[in-house]
Amino acid sequence: MSSIDVSDDGGHKKGPGVKKAKKLSTKVDMTPMVDLGFLLITFFIFTTTVAQPTAMKLFLPKDVDRPEDQNKVKESGAFTIMLGKEDQVYYYEGLDPTKLQSIGFKGIRAEILRKKKSTNPEDLVVIIKPTEDATYKNTVDILDEMTIAEIKRYAMVDITSDEYQLIKLTESANGIK
Amino acid sequence: MPSVKIKKTSPDNDMTPMVDLAFLILAFFMLATKFKPEEAVEVTTPNSVSADAVPEKDVLAVSIDKEGRAFVSMDNPEFRKVLIENINTTRNLGLSPVEMKAYVNSASIGIPFGSLKQFLALTPDEQKKVKQPGIPVADTTGGELYFWVRDALSAYSGRKLNLLIKADNDTKYPAFKNILNAFKKNDQNKFLLVTEPEDAPAGTPLYETRQNQINKVK
Repeated sequence: MSSIDVSDDGGHKKGPGVKKAKKLSTKVDMTPMVDLGFLLITFFIFTTTVAQPTAMKLFLPKDVDRPEDQNKVKESGAFTIMLGKEDQVYYYEGLDPTKLQSIGFKGIRAEILRKKKSTNPEDLVVIIKPTEDATYKNTVDILDEMTIAEIKRYAMVDITSDEYQLIKLTESANGIK
Repeated sequence: MPSVKIKKTSPDNDMTPMVDLAFLILAFFMLATKFKPEEAVEVTTPNSVSADAVPEKDVLAVSIDKEGRAFVSMDNPEFRKVLIENINTTRNLGLSPVEMKAYVNSASIGIPFGSLKQFLALTPDEQKKVKQPGIPVADTTGGELYFWVRDALSAYSGRKLNLLIKADNDTKYPAFKNILNAFKKNDQNKFLLVTEPEDAPAGTPLYETRQNQINKVK
């Protein structure tokens, strides 16, 4: 780079101190640059997050101190869904937990839609009761079913011990550990 | 006899258009990429049909991993500073200004108050090696998360703070419920659950409503 061409032999003389211009090709080898370019492309492709996460709104009622302050649910409009172990879903209509039915996530949508059709929209209330064995995914899925079926009134409440016992019995009858 | 002339072609061809294109793509990805914020826990969120984007500003996020460990993070460093100062005074942690600065620079925290001082004294590299036990969330009182939420709310002093809950698919429901309790104790009843997007299944009421909306626009 900084070396000075002092060799004088060869070619005609142009006089002292006149350097020869070296002829260089105008083409530069671009291969390393291209290699690096593609390396960076692959890097950015892999790090890009394609789908932005979405937010699901969840509104919870305030805790009331006295149970008699809570809204009463009409028997004809109540539909209770309970989430059990191993993605199991149980439901019953009305207010009698002994009418418990066992169903999976695949069947629950049809049942919700059937209930929605057969019930006066003003009376319909879906009550969601996840048990201790339910996972967060189950909970989100069932809340999602409410959005999918466009249920306007639903509530997520704690399960009563009677209902939990019933689920335990059904689970052992169905052979779910 | 005329000899057949074979045209001599050079073995190296012009790569310029390809390079142009490659760098165009590169520029696109560089601009479009948004790096994931560093988080202490790996969480796989469930899917939902919700179409709302997750807010990026004024966020208090609580992450819960598979084992039920809770982590708290806030997006705005200014408010993080106020938050840690509040926590320091209300909980008598005795943090030094350097340790509080360490908190402001950290991503998310899942450390009980008892060992917070010790944790923040470590260098960032050492902090990463520590397996954080999660913020204690007791059953009914909301545990220490209650204080985190309370002081975060007071740091925002009435301005809107988005409460995000980011839990793993396999998180058990009680762990999730405990988090909700900690928020409820602070009179917070509106949450945003972070999920991955999913289409509404065909034939359902939501699907039809959305189709109608699309048709109206057309």
